[in-house]
Amino acid sequence: MELYKQTATSLAVMLRSKEVSATEIAQSTLARIKQVEPAINAFVAITEEQALAQAAVVDKQLAQNQPLGALAGIPIAVKDNICTDGIKTTCASRMLEDFVPFYNATAVEKIQAAGAVMHGKLNMDEFAMGSSCESSFFGPTKNPWNTAHIPGGSSGGSAAAVAASQVPLALGSDTGGSIRMPAALCGVVGLKPTYGAVSRYGLIAFASSLDQIGPVARTVDDAALLFSAICGPDKTRDATSKNFAFDGKVEASVKDLTIGLPKEYFGPGIQPEVKLAVEKAVEELRQQGANIKEISLPSTSYALSAYYIISSAEASSNLARFDGLKYGYTANRAGLDLTELIETTRSEGFGHEVQRRILLGTHVLSSGYYDAYYKRAKLLQLQIAAEFKAAFESCDLIITPTSPSTAAKLGEFASDPLEMYAADICTVTVNIAGLPAISVPCGQSANGLPIGMQIIGPKFSEQTLLNTAKCYETAVGGFAVAEVQA
Amino acid sequence: MNENFEIVIGLEVHAELNTESKIFCSCKNEFGAEPNTRCCPVCAGMPGTLPVLNQQVVESAIKMGHALHCEINNVTKSDRKNYFYPDLPKAYQISQFDVPLCGKGYLDILVNGEVRRIGVTRIHIEEDAGKLIHDDQSGGTLADYNRCGVPLIEIVSEPDLRSADEAKAYMESIAEILLYLGISEAKMEQGNMRADVNVSVRPRGQAEYGTRAEMKNVNSFSAVHRAVLYEANRQIEILSKGGTVEQETRRWDDVKGKSTLMRTKEDAQDYRYFPDPDLLTFVIPAEKVEELKVAVPELPLAKTQRYMQEFGLSEYDATLLAGQKQRATFFDAAAAYNLCEPKAIANWLLGDILKVLNDNKQELEDTALTPKNLAEMIELIEKGTVSGTAGKKVLDTILEKDIAPAEVVKQKGLAQISDTSALTAVVDTVLAKNPKAVEDYKGGKTNVLAFIIGQCMKESRGQGNPAILKEMVEKALQKL
Ligand SMILES: [Zn+2]
Repeated sequence: MELYKQTATSLAVMLRSKEVSATEIAQSTLARIKQVEPAINAFVAITEEQALAQAAVVDKQLAQNQPLGALAGIPIAVKDNICTDGIKTTCASRMLEDFVPFYNATAVEKIQAAGAVMHGKLNMDEFAMGSSCESSFFGPTKNPWNTAHIPGGSSGGSAAAVAASQVPLALGSDTGGSIRMPAALCGVVGLKPTYGAVSRYGLIAFASSLDQIGPVARTVDDAALLFSAICGPDKTRDATSKNFAFDGKVEASVKDLTIGLPKEYFGPGIQPEVKLAVEKAVEELRQQGANIKEISLPSTSYALSAYYIISSAEASSNLARFDGLKYGYTANRAGLDLTELIETTRSEGFGHEVQRRILLGTHVLSSGYYDAYYKRAKLLQLQIAAEFKAAFESCDLIITPTSPSTAAKLGEFASDPLEMYAADICTVTVNIAGLPAISVPCGQSANGLPIGMQIIGPKFSEQTLLNTAKCYETAVGGFAVAEVQA
Repeated sequence: MNENFEIVIGLEVHAELNTESKIFCSCKNEFGAEPNTRCCPVCAGMPGTLPVLNQQVVESAIKMGHALHCEINNVTKSDRKNYFYPDLPKAYQISQFDVPLCGKGYLDILVNGEVRRIGVTRIHIEEDAGKLIHDDQSGGTLADYNRCGVPLIEIVSEPDLRSADEAKAYMESIAEILLYLGISEAKMEQGNMRADVNVSVRPRGQAEYGTRAEMKNVNSFSAVHRAVLYEANRQIEILSKGGTVEQETRRWDDVKGKSTLMRTKEDAQDYRYFPDPDLLTFVIPAEKVEELKVAVPELPLAKTQRYMQEFGLSEYDATLLAGQKQRATFFDAAAAYNLCEPKAIANWLLGDILKVLNDNKQELEDTALTPKNLAEMIELIEKGTVSGTAGKKVLDTILEKDIAPAEVVKQKGLAQISDTSALTAVVDTVLAKNPKAVEDYKGGKTNVLAFIIGQCMKESRGQGNPAILKEMVEKALQKL
């Protein structure tokens, strides 16, 4: 098998047995990236030089029999809203088209310390605002299973690159489903960790109270491996980070687990094929020993509104710093006073979706509207979190579809942003409640597009989530891999 | 000032705290460094960076809260105040909105012999912004982010101040307390302290407040005084002509001695405050709050009152002594030795010693003087071991080095001579040398006595005990 097709876990074994070198892995990976990139457009930047240099370091360590990091020699690519020292970090926006951070995100520091080999920065919806990966300033990413379709978003580049076997591992970020949804649409595994499990330092904020960095991979073991490398406290740099540790070991088991199926997530808004596939996967878990019960999360229907209010409010403040005065895009300043320069820069530098959310967020925080929107949304957030907490008293995990439908065609959402917002219906509640959830592939639609199942757990139950996901993966004999027509 | 109107003033005082590092990052918190050498990705607001609250800031603010008798909210949070300005790199200031660290309290100030209680509305913590510098070369404006993230407390008073004198005394009192607590350098000229002054006027006897104007950029104690007077006069003039005062924000120009309109109420900014999602609710344990309360030292007004009551000092002297922490601490330490009259210590500190310090542009701690040495020196005078004149010589020495005053007296032979047998020769010599004075005295001009005693002091090289010399001279003259 070609090296680029290998999982991270098997590459780690091959490397340690000196069956392959890190340089060979990097060369194979770079060739694959270039081969399918014209069809997929998953990358904003390919860091070939850095990949080969880092691989050489690993090979040297290997030759000298030095201890290797957990990710030594494993190719990885990083979503382009995660800061990389000396490498452009654009958020797929014209605003940051040429922005080069001089600091690393904590997650990037951690994967580098673990020896991962950086292959590039991945495409996304501009500033992570979107569910289709079409709002990128650098053009849309395509779904590796069918390039006429979207990969989902906002971490569309992360999911597509992994699905297209360009890299075995990718970092994404998830604010309302941005890891899980594209993972589902591209048929790969995506984990949104508990809020606070992974440091947010260096993640260019969209909605600070909801954002989390997480892994995307083709297998559960690979996702667990990457998650174990990036999680953990970072108290001196992120006040919201929590004491949490995970060793990366996963056991395929659902023994003694009770799984709840919230009826609100299996209603009329869900595409029948998706519903069927998830129900079939649940049945598989029941056969593996899990108890299944129906539950109710009645506030679910309000979650989307609460999510768009809270996330847009925070975004309006987080994105205010992009004014063209310090870094990033600056409009032609001739004849403009300070206010006009800032206005023009922001009008030209941000795309439509970003501007729409900044306006929405500014409005809901305005005096006279704060109580009616932001405050009520925050109350709903408490209620939604409380409902989950109550649900977890009678079950260990909750399973829902990840996305109500399979991947839309490119351009399908262009006329109606509300339709795109609705695609987040199954995932936003998890962010609102600060919970962990994983999306795993559970079959395909008749036209060959992947379907994902979302497994949600209580805070810091990542171990149980991964065990359950692996149990399913093992039971179905592994997940299918996309054949890309390059 | 028109006597028919009453002035109503409220102050918002911003004070920079002198913590080791800034409020949300580990940058050094220091004034006067080269532009943009005391900042990092966090305080420069670079994308992806996050704030982490410095606990020292919280503790300093709570100390101030205790000093001003405030309620302490030990469960509180940070909020974002959103606005665009080039000195604010994140385009929001992390501050506190509806739950300040310290709630209602008060500050007693002493103005013209009267204690006035001024209500304190709240004290909250926030980050400072950077500085914009006009660049003559390019004609443009440059930003210095060194000050970004310097911790501030904002102390908001109730509209309880009624005159320019009171406003100035309140500001000075705040500065004294900050220094007493050791939490700020409190130097207005370095911008450590800045005030926004809210002024309104109303006809005497009217219960409702008039419409207020807020003045920004009031940056010295005397400027507070001038700005209040200017603004009150401006408003009184408007009202006297039958006009109405508009609610507005004005910029004080201390050089020109006048304020100009910045923005009217209609242009008031909507700061869209909301809880900062990057900083969690912070909880300060009740024991910590209590611990910080115990750490608050005796404050200037209490000291002033104690000095007046216990030691019989005048209000002027007591205020002068208590107003400066080092001076008061020195005084308290010297008095605690119980060697001499505390009032005498005050007289020396505020008299000869203050003069030496002023002449040499020194502070007490720049000299070698110790409280113990000063107390012992005064004790020597009070016991008659040395004269006051000799005492000043001792002082000169103990200002220079830490040496026991009794030792100085011994080394320099400054001991006062009270032994009559030793002084007889002195008296005889002086009377023999000054026949005219003796004659005048006998002729009834008894006021030459002082001259003769002075000559005796000179003859004894300052060591004769003046009281004993006086007795001896009188006796000798009668015999003649
Ligand atoms: Zn800093």
